[in-house]
Amino acid sequence: MERMSFDLAQVTLRELNSFLHKEAPAKGVHQVVVANPDGAHNIAVGLDCPVDVEVHGHAGYYAGGMNKTGTVTIFGSAGTGVAENMMSGRVHVKGFASNGAGASMHGGLLVIDGDAGLRCGISLKGGDIVVGGSVGSFSAFMAQAGRMVVCGNAGDALGDSLYEAVLYVRGSIKSLGADAQIEPMTEADYATVKELLDAAGMQHDPHDFKRVASARSLYHWNADADQEY
Amino acid sequence: MCGIVGLLVKKPALRPRLGELMVPMLIGMTERGPDSAGLAVFTEPLAETMRKISLYSGMSEEGADFNWLGLGHELKAHLGIEATIAAQGNHAILTAAIAPEPVKRWIRERYPKLHILSTGRSIDLYKDIGTPGEVAARYAFSGLAGSHLVGHTRMATESAVTPDRAHPFTAGEDFCLVHNGSLSNPYGVRRMLEPHGIRFETDNDTEAACRFLEWRLREGDDLETALQKGFEELDGFYTFLMGTADKLALIRDPFACKPAVVAETDDYVAIASEFRSLAHLPDIKHATVFEPAPEEMYVWNA
Repeated sequence: MERMSFDLAQVTLRELNSFLHKEAPAKGVHQVVVANPDGAHNIAVGLDCPVDVEVHGHAGYYAGGMNKTGTVTIFGSAGTGVAENMMSGRVHVKGFASNGAGASMHGGLLVIDGDAGLRCGISLKGGDIVVGGSVGSFSAFMAQAGRMVVCGNAGDALGDSLYEAVLYVRGSIKSLGADAQIEPMTEADYATVKELLDAAGMQHDPHDFKRVASARSLYHWNADADQEY
Repeated sequence: MCGIVGLLVKKPALRPRLGELMVPMLIGMTERGPDSAGLAVFTEPLAETMRKISLYSGMSEEGADFNWLGLGHELKAHLGIEATIAAQGNHAILTAAIAPEPVKRWIRERYPKLHILSTGRSIDLYKDIGTPGEVAARYAFSGLAGSHLVGHTRMATESAVTPDRAHPFTAGEDFCLVHNGSLSNPYGVRRMLEPHGIRFETDNDTEAACRFLEWRLREGDDLETALQKGFEELDGFYTFLMGTADKLALIRDPFACKPAVVAETDDYVAIASEFRSLAHLPDIKHATVFEPAPEEMYVWNA
Protein backbone atom coordinates (compact mmCIF):
# COMPACT_ATOMS: atom_id res chain seq x y z
CA MET A 1 0.00 0.00 0.00
CA GLU A 2 1.84 3.06 -1.28
CA ARG A 3 -1.00 5.51 -1.72
CA MET A 4 -4.07 6.37 0.32
CA SER A 5 -7.01 8.70 -0.26
CA PHE A 6 -9.06 10.49 2.36
CA ASP A 7 -12.31 12.24 1.56
CA LEU A 8 -12.89 14.71 4.37
CA ALA A 9 -16.58 14.78 3.42
CA GLN A 10 -16.66 11.14 4.56
CA VAL A 11 -14.01 10.77 7.29
CA THR A 12 -12.92 13.04 10.11
CA LEU A 13 -9.79 15.15 10.11
CA ARG A 14 -8.63 13.22 13.16
CA GLU A 15 -8.64 9.99 11.13
CA LEU A 16 -6.50 11.64 8.44
CA ASN A 17 -3.99 13.15 10.85
CA SER A 18 -3.83 10.00 12.96
CA PHE A 19 -3.09 8.00 9.82
CA LEU A 20 -0.35 10.44 8.81
CA HIS A 21 1.24 10.27 12.25
CA LYS A 22 0.99 6.54 12.95
CA GLU A 23 -0.01 4.23 10.10
CA ALA A 24 1.74 6.08 7.25
CA PRO A 25 5.25 5.58 8.65
CA ALA A 26 4.43 2.08 9.96
CA LYS A 27 2.97 0.86 6.67
CA GLY A 28 5.31 2.74 4.38
CA VAL A 29 2.61 4.86 2.74
CA HIS A 30 4.35 7.63 0.82
CA GLN A 31 1.45 9.37 -0.85
CA VAL A 32 -1.80 10.61 0.67
CA VAL A 33 -4.47 12.46 -1.28
CA VAL A 34 -7.04 14.56 0.56
CA ALA A 35 -10.36 15.41 -1.12
CA ASN A 36 -12.97 17.94 0.05
CA PRO A 37 -10.81 19.73 2.64
CA ASP A 38 -13.58 22.38 2.73
CA GLY A 39 -11.53 24.80 4.82
CA ALA A 40 -10.89 22.40 7.70
CA HIS A 41 -8.21 23.52 10.15
CA ASN A 42 -4.96 21.64 10.95
CA ILE A 43 -4.81 19.50 7.81
CA ALA A 44 -1.61 17.41 7.76
CA VAL A 45 0.01 19.13 10.71
CA GLY A 46 3.07 17.74 12.46
CA LEU A 47 4.18 15.36 9.70
CA ASP A 48 7.14 13.36 10.93
CA CYS A 49 7.75 10.90 8.11
CA PRO A 50 8.64 11.23 4.42
CA VAL A 51 5.09 11.45 3.08
CA ASP A 52 3.71 13.42 0.16
CA VAL A 53 0.27 14.93 0.92
CA GLU A 54 -1.91 16.46 -1.80
CA VAL A 55 -4.84 18.57 -0.65
CA HIS A 56 -7.41 19.15 -3.40
CA GLY A 57 -9.40 22.23 -2.42
CA HIS A 58 -9.17 25.09 0.06
CA ALA A 59 -7.47 24.43 3.40
CA GLY A 60 -8.28 26.17 6.68
CA TYR A 61 -5.93 27.40 9.39
CA TYR A 62 -2.43 25.98 10.06
CA ALA A 63 -2.30 23.53 7.13
CA GLY A 64 1.07 21.75 7.10
CA GLY A 65 2.03 23.42 10.37
CA MET A 66 5.04 22.03 12.27
CA ASN A 67 5.89 19.97 9.21
CA LYS A 68 9.04 17.87 9.45
CA THR A 69 10.14 15.82 6.43
CA GLY A 70 6.73 15.83 4.71
CA THR A 71 5.67 17.48 1.46
CA VAL A 72 2.27 19.15 1.45
CA THR A 73 0.76 20.55 -1.74
CA ILE A 74 -2.49 22.49 -1.51
CA PHE A 75 -4.41 22.79 -4.80
CA GLY A 76 -6.40 25.73 -3.54
CA SER A 77 -5.96 28.49 -1.00
CA ALA A 78 -4.68 28.21 2.55
CA GLY A 79 -6.05 29.92 5.66
CA THR A 80 -4.17 31.64 8.45
CA GLY A 81 -0.78 30.25 9.48
CA VAL A 82 -0.03 27.81 6.67
CA ALA A 83 3.24 25.96 7.43
CA GLU A 84 3.59 27.82 10.71
CA ASN A 85 6.59 26.56 12.64
CA MET A 86 7.68 24.24 9.80
CA MET A 87 10.94 22.51 10.74
CA SER A 88 11.87 20.97 7.38
CA GLY A 89 10.24 19.60 4.27
CA ARG A 90 8.10 21.54 1.85
CA VAL A 91 4.67 23.14 1.73
CA HIS A 92 3.34 24.42 -1.59
CA VAL A 93 0.14 26.51 -1.86
CA LYS A 94 -1.09 26.71 -5.45
CA GLY A 95 -3.59 29.47 -4.67
CA PHE A 96 -3.33 32.36 -2.20
CA ALA A 97 -2.43 32.19 1.47
CA SER A 98 -4.02 34.15 4.29
CA ASN A 99 -2.26 35.95 7.16
CA GLY A 100 0.79 34.66 8.99
CA ALA A 101 1.99 32.26 6.30
CA GLY A 102 5.17 30.53 7.43
CA ALA A 103 5.05 32.23 10.84
CA SER A 104 7.97 31.22 13.02
CA MET A 105 9.28 28.70 10.46
CA HIS A 106 12.58 27.08 11.41
CA GLY A 107 13.40 25.30 8.17
CA GLY A 108 12.09 23.84 4.94
CA LEU A 109 10.59 25.60 1.94
CA LEU A 110 7.19 27.30 1.75
CA VAL A 111 6.03 28.17 -1.76
CA ILE A 112 2.91 30.27 -2.36
CA ASP A 113 1.99 30.70 -6.02
CA GLY A 114 -0.55 33.48 -5.36
CA ASP A 115 -0.55 36.35 -2.90
CA ALA A 116 0.18 36.01 0.79
CA GLY A 117 -1.74 38.03 3.38
CA LEU A 118 -0.34 40.16 6.17
CA ARG A 119 2.55 39.11 8.42
CA CYS A 120 3.96 36.52 6.01
CA GLY A 121 7.12 35.07 7.55
CA ILE A 122 6.65 36.83 10.88
CA SER A 123 9.38 35.75 13.30
CA LEU A 124 11.00 33.57 10.62
CA LYS A 125 13.72 31.55 12.33
CA GLY A 126 15.10 29.71 9.32
CA GLY A 127 14.08 28.10 6.06
CA ASP A 128 12.87 29.75 2.90
CA ILE A 129 9.64 31.34 1.70
CA VAL A 130 8.96 32.06 -1.97
CA VAL A 131 5.80 34.01 -2.85
CA GLY A 132 4.78 34.23 -6.49
CA GLY A 133 2.44 37.16 -5.84
CA SER A 134 2.55 39.96 -3.31
CA VAL A 135 2.83 39.95 0.48
CA GLY A 136 0.74 42.06 2.86
CA SER A 137 1.86 44.51 5.50
CA PHE A 138 4.24 43.62 8.35
CA SER A 139 5.74 40.70 6.49
CA ALA A 140 9.00 39.30 7.91
CA PHE A 141 8.39 41.22 11.14
CA MET A 142 11.25 40.35 13.52
CA ALA A 143 12.50 37.66 11.13
CA GLN A 144 15.62 36.19 12.67
CA ALA A 145 17.07 33.87 10.05
CA GLY A 146 16.13 32.38 6.71
CA ARG A 147 15.30 33.88 3.32
CA MET A 148 12.19 35.22 1.68
CA VAL A 149 11.62 35.91 -2.02
CA VAL A 150 8.63 38.01 -3.09
CA CYS A 151 7.96 38.11 -6.84
CA GLY A 152 5.23 40.75 -6.52
CA ASN A 153 4.98 43.74 -4.20
CA ALA A 154 5.35 44.15 -0.45
CA GLY A 155 2.94 46.07 1.79
CA ASP A 156 3.70 48.44 4.65
CA ALA A 157 6.49 47.97 7.20
CA LEU A 158 8.34 45.20 5.38
CA GLY A 159 10.97 43.60 7.60
CA ASP A 160 10.26 45.67 10.69
CA SER A 161 12.87 44.95 13.39
CA LEU A 162 14.65 42.42 11.17
CA TYR A 163 17.46 40.35 12.59
CA GLU A 164 19.50 38.22 10.18
CA ALA A 165 16.83 37.07 7.72
CA VAL A 166 17.29 38.42 4.17
CA LEU A 167 14.40 39.42 1.92
CA TYR A 168 14.35 39.77 -1.86
CA VAL A 169 11.53 41.75 -3.49
CA ARG A 170 10.90 42.05 -7.22
CA GLY A 171 8.12 44.63 -7.18
CA SER A 172 7.43 47.75 -5.16
CA ILE A 173 7.77 48.05 -1.40
CA LYS A 174 5.04 50.25 0.07
CA SER A 175 7.21 51.02 3.09
CA LEU A 176 10.11 49.50 4.98
CA GLY A 177 9.76 48.74 8.67
CA ALA A 178 12.05 50.11 11.36
CA ASP A 179 15.70 49.16 10.81
CA ALA A 180 15.06 47.45 7.45
CA GLN A 181 17.09 48.81 4.54
CA ILE A 182 17.56 48.14 0.84
CA GLU A 183 21.08 46.92 0.16
CA PRO A 184 23.02 46.31 -3.06
CA MET A 185 22.65 42.85 -4.59
CA THR A 186 25.88 40.84 -4.75
CA GLU A 187 26.65 37.87 -7.00
CA ALA A 188 25.87 35.64 -4.03
CA ASP A 189 22.42 37.28 -3.74
CA TYR A 190 21.66 36.70 -7.43
CA ALA A 191 22.67 33.06 -6.98
CA THR A 192 20.44 32.75 -3.91
CA VAL A 193 17.41 34.23 -5.69
CA LYS A 194 17.97 31.92 -8.65
CA GLU A 195 18.30 28.90 -6.39
CA LEU A 196 15.06 29.72 -4.56
CA LEU A 197 13.10 30.57 -7.73
CA ASP A 198 14.27 27.29 -9.26
CA ALA A 199 13.25 25.39 -6.13
CA ALA A 200 9.80 27.03 -6.31
CA GLY A 201 9.46 26.45 -10.05
CA MET A 202 9.14 30.17 -10.82
CA GLN A 203 10.79 32.00 -13.64
CA HIS A 204 12.01 35.55 -13.10
CA ASP A 205 15.27 37.35 -13.70
CA PRO A 206 17.19 37.54 -10.39
CA HIS A 207 18.49 40.95 -11.53
CA ASP A 208 14.96 42.35 -11.02
CA PHE A 209 15.08 41.77 -7.26
CA LYS A 210 16.08 44.13 -4.46
CA ARG A 211 17.73 42.95 -1.24
CA VAL A 212 16.26 44.02 2.08
CA ALA A 213 18.17 43.30 5.28
CA SER A 214 18.68 44.69 8.75
CA ALA A 215 20.60 47.94 9.23
CA ARG A 216 21.36 46.51 12.68
CA SER A 217 20.86 49.87 14.33
CA LEU A 218 18.44 48.28 16.79
CA TYR A 219 20.96 45.64 17.86
CA HIS A 220 22.35 47.94 20.56
CA TRP A 221 20.41 50.28 22.77
CA ASN A 222 20.91 53.89 21.83
CA ALA A 223 19.73 56.27 24.53
CA ASP A 224 20.07 59.24 22.15
CA ALA A 225 17.67 57.77 19.56
CA ASP A 226 14.69 58.97 21.61
CA GLN A 227 12.60 56.11 20.25
CA GLU A 228 12.99 57.49 16.71
CA TYR A 229 14.16 54.81 14.29
CA MET B 1 -13.85 35.39 18.05
CA CYS B 2 -17.30 35.58 16.35
CA GLY B 3 -18.30 34.52 12.88
CA ILE B 4 -19.73 36.58 10.07
CA VAL B 5 -21.73 35.41 7.10
CA GLY B 6 -23.32 37.30 4.25
CA LEU B 7 -25.11 36.20 1.12
CA LEU B 8 -26.44 38.12 -1.84
CA VAL B 9 -28.21 36.27 -4.64
CA LYS B 10 -27.90 37.83 -8.07
CA LYS B 11 -30.85 36.09 -9.71
CA PRO B 12 -34.44 36.75 -8.55
CA ALA B 13 -35.19 33.04 -8.98
CA LEU B 14 -32.82 32.29 -6.10
CA ARG B 15 -34.50 34.69 -3.64
CA PRO B 16 -36.89 32.08 -2.24
CA ARG B 17 -33.84 29.90 -1.43
CA LEU B 18 -31.83 32.60 0.37
CA GLY B 19 -32.42 31.20 3.87
CA GLU B 20 -31.89 27.60 2.87
CA LEU B 21 -28.53 28.46 1.24
CA MET B 22 -27.47 30.50 4.27
CA VAL B 23 -28.27 28.14 7.17
CA PRO B 24 -25.24 25.83 6.59
CA MET B 25 -23.08 28.97 6.38
CA LEU B 26 -24.31 30.16 9.78
CA ILE B 27 -23.97 26.73 11.38
CA GLY B 28 -20.46 26.46 9.88
CA MET B 29 -19.45 29.37 12.10
CA THR B 30 -20.61 27.69 15.34
CA GLU B 31 -17.08 27.19 16.69
CA ARG B 32 -16.33 30.86 16.17
CA GLY B 33 -19.57 31.96 17.82
CA PRO B 34 -21.47 29.45 19.94
CA ASP B 35 -23.33 31.74 22.37
CA SER B 36 -25.73 33.78 20.21
CA ALA B 37 -26.69 34.16 16.58
CA GLY B 38 -28.72 36.44 14.42
CA LEU B 39 -29.42 37.67 10.95
CA ALA B 40 -30.99 40.47 8.99
CA VAL B 41 -32.73 39.60 5.76
CA PHE B 42 -33.60 42.20 3.14
CA THR B 43 -36.79 41.59 1.20
CA GLU B 44 -38.59 43.35 -1.60
CA PRO B 45 -39.23 46.85 -0.17
CA LEU B 46 -42.70 47.82 1.03
CA ALA B 47 -44.53 50.80 -0.47
CA GLU B 48 -43.16 54.27 0.42
CA THR B 49 -45.72 54.84 3.17
CA MET B 50 -45.34 51.42 4.78
CA ARG B 51 -42.88 50.31 7.46
CA LYS B 52 -42.13 47.04 9.18
CA ILE B 53 -40.71 46.71 12.66
CA SER B 54 -39.12 43.48 13.94
CA LEU B 55 -39.90 42.93 17.63
CA TYR B 56 -38.50 40.56 20.26
CA SER B 57 -40.41 39.60 23.42
CA GLY B 58 -37.83 37.18 24.86
CA MET B 59 -36.77 39.67 27.52
CA SER B 60 -40.33 40.29 28.76
CA GLU B 61 -42.03 38.24 31.53
CA GLU B 62 -44.30 36.61 28.96
CA GLY B 63 -41.45 35.57 26.70
CA ALA B 64 -42.72 33.38 23.86
CA ASP B 65 -46.27 33.69 25.26
CA PHE B 66 -46.33 37.42 24.62
CA ASN B 67 -49.80 38.64 23.63
CA TRP B 68 -49.07 39.90 20.11
CA LEU B 69 -52.78 40.09 19.32
CA GLY B 70 -53.19 42.36 22.33
CA LEU B 71 -50.42 44.62 21.04
CA GLY B 72 -52.34 44.92 17.77
CA HIS B 73 -55.54 45.88 19.60
CA GLU B 74 -53.70 48.47 21.73
CA LEU B 75 -52.09 50.03 18.67
CA LYS B 76 -55.56 50.45 17.13
CA ALA B 77 -57.15 51.70 20.34
CA HIS B 78 -54.42 54.22 21.27
CA LEU B 79 -52.92 55.28 17.97
CA GLY B 80 -55.63 54.29 15.53
CA ILE B 81 -53.17 52.13 13.61
CA GLU B 82 -54.21 49.06 11.64
CA ALA B 83 -51.14 46.84 11.83
CA THR B 84 -50.55 43.30 10.67
CA ILE B 85 -48.44 41.37 13.14
CA ALA B 86 -46.78 38.18 11.91
CA ALA B 87 -45.76 36.50 15.16
CA GLN B 88 -43.75 33.37 15.82
CA GLY B 89 -43.07 32.72 19.51
CA ASN B 90 -40.99 35.55 20.93
CA HIS B 91 -40.60 37.25 17.56
CA ALA B 92 -42.97 39.34 15.47
CA ILE B 93 -42.91 41.56 12.44
CA LEU B 94 -45.32 44.47 12.67
CA THR B 95 -46.31 46.01 9.34
CA ALA B 96 -48.35 49.18 8.97
CA ALA B 97 -48.66 52.50 7.14
CA ILE B 98 -46.91 54.57 9.81
CA ALA B 99 -44.32 57.14 10.61
CA PRO B 100 -42.19 54.71 12.62
CA GLU B 101 -40.66 57.00 15.28
CA PRO B 102 -43.88 57.89 17.19
CA VAL B 103 -44.97 54.24 17.08
CA LYS B 104 -41.61 53.05 18.39
CA ARG B 105 -41.73 55.69 21.13
CA TRP B 106 -45.18 54.45 22.12
CA ILE B 107 -44.00 50.82 22.14
CA ARG B 108 -41.04 51.70 24.35
CA GLU B 109 -43.27 53.51 26.85
CA ARG B 110 -46.09 50.98 26.85
CA TYR B 111 -43.97 47.81 26.56
CA PRO B 112 -40.54 48.66 27.97
CA LYS B 113 -39.46 44.98 27.95
CA LEU B 114 -40.24 44.57 24.25
CA HIS B 115 -37.05 44.93 22.23
CA ILE B 116 -37.23 46.71 18.87
CA LEU B 117 -34.89 44.80 16.57
CA SER B 118 -35.16 46.74 13.32
CA THR B 119 -37.19 49.24 11.33
CA GLY B 120 -37.49 49.74 7.62
CA ARG B 121 -39.22 48.92 4.36
CA SER B 122 -36.96 46.00 3.56
CA ILE B 123 -35.22 44.64 6.69
CA ASP B 124 -36.44 41.79 8.93
CA LEU B 125 -34.20 40.99 11.88
CA TYR B 126 -33.84 37.98 14.16
CA LYS B 127 -31.34 37.47 16.97
CA ASP B 128 -31.22 35.46 20.16
CA ILE B 129 -28.94 33.56 22.50
CA GLY B 130 -28.19 29.90 21.78
CA THR B 131 -26.08 28.06 19.27
CA PRO B 132 -26.45 29.07 15.62
CA GLY B 133 -28.23 25.77 14.96
CA GLU B 134 -30.71 26.39 17.77
CA VAL B 135 -31.40 29.98 16.75
CA ALA B 136 -31.79 28.99 13.07
CA ALA B 137 -34.33 26.31 14.02
CA ARG B 138 -36.16 28.60 16.52
CA TYR B 139 -36.92 31.15 13.80
CA ALA B 140 -37.04 28.81 10.79
CA PHE B 141 -34.20 30.63 9.05
CA SER B 142 -34.15 28.06 6.23
CA GLY B 143 -37.51 29.36 5.01
CA LEU B 144 -36.46 33.00 4.75
CA ALA B 145 -36.58 34.65 1.35
CA GLY B 146 -34.98 37.85 0.13
CA SER B 147 -32.25 39.35 -2.02
CA HIS B 148 -29.46 39.50 0.58
CA LEU B 149 -28.75 38.91 4.22
CA VAL B 150 -26.21 39.56 6.95
CA GLY B 151 -25.66 36.95 9.67
CA HIS B 152 -23.52 36.58 12.77
CA THR B 153 -22.49 33.99 15.33
CA ARG B 154 -21.25 35.44 18.59
CA MET B 155 -18.54 34.55 21.09
CA ALA B 156 -18.95 37.47 23.48
CA THR B 157 -15.86 39.34 24.64
CA GLU B 158 -16.92 42.97 25.16
CA SER B 159 -20.35 42.71 26.78
CA ALA B 160 -22.67 40.14 28.34
CA VAL B 161 -24.42 37.30 26.51
CA THR B 162 -27.97 38.63 26.15
CA PRO B 163 -30.34 38.75 23.16
CA ASP B 164 -30.08 42.53 22.77
CA ARG B 165 -26.28 42.36 22.69
CA ALA B 166 -26.29 39.72 19.94
CA HIS B 167 -25.69 40.88 16.36
CA PRO B 168 -26.80 42.27 13.93
CA PHE B 169 -27.14 45.74 15.41
CA THR B 170 -29.40 48.21 13.65
CA ALA B 171 -29.83 51.96 13.61
CA GLY B 172 -32.20 54.14 11.63
CA GLU B 173 -34.02 52.33 8.86
CA ASP B 174 -32.90 49.45 6.65
CA PHE B 175 -29.37 49.43 8.02
CA CYS B 176 -27.58 46.76 10.01
CA LEU B 177 -24.04 45.84 10.95
CA VAL B 178 -22.28 42.75 12.28
CA HIS B 179 -18.80 42.76 13.76
CA ASN B 180 -16.00 40.31 14.38
CA GLY B 181 -13.41 41.91 16.62
CA SER B 182 -13.32 44.46 19.40
CA LEU B 183 -13.23 48.25 19.29
CA SER B 184 -10.83 50.14 21.54
CA ASN B 185 -12.64 53.50 21.46
CA PRO B 186 -16.38 52.72 21.63
CA TYR B 187 -16.93 55.06 24.59
CA GLY B 188 -15.21 57.93 22.78
CA VAL B 189 -17.48 57.34 19.79
CA ARG B 190 -20.55 57.22 22.06
CA ARG B 191 -19.58 60.47 23.80
CA MET B 192 -19.20 62.09 20.40
CA LEU B 193 -22.59 60.82 19.16
CA GLU B 194 -24.74 61.40 22.26
CA PRO B 195 -24.81 65.21 21.97
CA HIS B 196 -26.30 64.65 18.47
CA GLY B 197 -29.32 63.07 20.19
CA ILE B 198 -28.24 59.52 19.38
CA ARG B 199 -29.50 57.06 21.98
CA PHE B 200 -27.75 53.78 22.86
CA GLU B 201 -29.58 50.66 23.97
CA THR B 202 -26.68 48.49 25.17
CA ASP B 203 -23.09 48.76 26.39
CA ASN B 204 -21.88 46.76 23.39
CA ASP B 205 -18.90 48.15 21.43
CA THR B 206 -20.43 47.17 18.08
CA GLU B 207 -23.46 49.36 18.71
CA ALA B 208 -21.13 52.39 18.66
CA ALA B 209 -19.86 51.45 15.18
CA CYS B 210 -23.37 50.78 13.93
CA ARG B 211 -24.78 54.09 15.19
CA PHE B 212 -21.72 56.02 13.99
CA LEU B 213 -22.03 54.77 10.41
CA GLU B 214 -25.81 55.16 10.30
CA TRP B 215 -25.41 58.73 11.62
CA ARG B 216 -22.98 59.51 8.79
CA LEU B 217 -25.42 58.07 6.23
CA ARG B 218 -28.26 60.10 7.73
CA GLU B 219 -26.09 63.24 7.59
CA GLY B 220 -25.89 62.75 3.85
CA ASP B 221 -22.71 60.75 3.32
CA ASP B 222 -22.90 58.05 0.70
CA LEU B 223 -21.91 54.58 1.89
CA GLU B 224 -18.32 54.89 0.67
CA THR B 225 -17.82 58.27 2.39
CA ALA B 226 -19.34 56.95 5.62
CA LEU B 227 -17.05 53.92 5.56
CA GLN B 228 -14.03 56.16 4.96
CA LYS B 229 -14.99 58.16 8.06
CA GLY B 230 -15.34 54.82 9.86
CA PHE B 231 -11.72 54.01 9.03
CA GLU B 232 -10.73 57.36 10.54
CA GLU B 233 -12.89 57.30 13.69
CA LEU B 234 -13.26 53.64 14.70
CA ASP B 235 -10.19 52.21 16.37
CA GLY B 236 -9.61 48.55 17.11
CA PHE B 237 -9.98 45.21 15.42
CA TYR B 238 -12.84 44.66 13.07
CA THR B 239 -14.30 42.96 10.12
CA PHE B 240 -17.63 44.73 9.58
CA LEU B 241 -20.34 43.45 7.28
CA MET B 242 -23.20 45.87 6.69
CA GLY B 243 -26.53 45.57 4.96
CA THR B 244 -28.72 48.27 3.47
CA ALA B 245 -31.93 47.91 1.46
CA ASP B 246 -29.95 47.32 -1.73
CA LYS B 247 -26.32 46.70 -0.71
CA LEU B 248 -23.89 44.55 1.22
CA ALA B 249 -20.66 46.24 2.34
CA LEU B 250 -17.54 44.80 3.93
CA ILE B 251 -14.50 46.43 5.52
CA ARG B 252 -11.54 45.13 7.53
CA ASP B 253 -9.26 47.07 9.85
CA PRO B 254 -5.78 48.07 8.59
CA PHE B 255 -4.14 45.17 10.44
CA ALA B 256 -6.64 42.62 9.05
CA CYS B 257 -6.79 41.12 12.51
CA LYS B 258 -10.09 39.39 11.86
CA PRO B 259 -10.63 37.11 8.91
CA ALA B 260 -12.94 37.27 5.91
CA VAL B 261 -13.22 35.36 2.67
CA VAL B 262 -15.46 35.99 -0.32
CA ALA B 263 -16.76 33.56 -2.94
CA GLU B 264 -18.48 34.86 -6.04
CA THR B 265 -20.27 33.07 -8.88
CA ASP B 266 -22.77 34.19 -11.52
CA ASP B 267 -25.48 33.34 -8.99
CA TYR B 268 -24.27 34.79 -5.70
CA VAL B 269 -21.74 36.66 -3.60
CA ALA B 270 -21.07 34.88 -0.31
CA ILE B 271 -18.98 36.25 2.54
CA ALA B 272 -17.82 34.40 5.64
CA SER B 273 -15.14 34.60 8.29
CA GLU B 274 -13.71 31.33 7.01
CA PHE B 275 -14.00 29.17 3.92
CA ARG B 276 -15.53 26.40 6.04
CA SER B 277 -18.83 28.28 5.85
CA LEU B 278 -18.72 28.61 2.07
CA ALA B 279 -17.70 25.05 1.25
CA HIS B 280 -21.22 23.72 0.80
CA LEU B 281 -22.58 26.42 -1.49
CA PRO B 282 -23.65 25.31 -4.96
CA ASP B 283 -20.92 25.38 -7.61
CA ILE B 284 -18.39 26.58 -5.01
CA LYS B 285 -15.60 24.69 -6.80
CA HIS B 286 -15.94 27.12 -9.69
CA ALA B 287 -16.41 30.25 -7.58
CA THR B 288 -13.90 33.08 -7.54
CA VAL B 289 -12.57 32.93 -3.99
CA PHE B 290 -10.54 35.78 -2.53
CA GLU B 291 -9.56 37.38 0.71
CA PRO B 292 -10.67 41.01 1.02
CA ALA B 293 -7.76 43.36 1.66
CA PRO B 294 -7.46 45.45 4.82
CA GLU B 295 -8.71 49.05 4.73
CA GLU B 296 -10.50 48.52 1.42
CA MET B 297 -14.23 48.89 0.82
CA TYR B 298 -16.17 46.10 -0.81
CA VAL B 299 -19.72 46.97 -1.81
CA TRP B 300 -22.08 44.64 -3.65
CA ASN B 301 -25.42 45.74 -5.08
CA ALA B 302 -28.51 43.61 -4.68
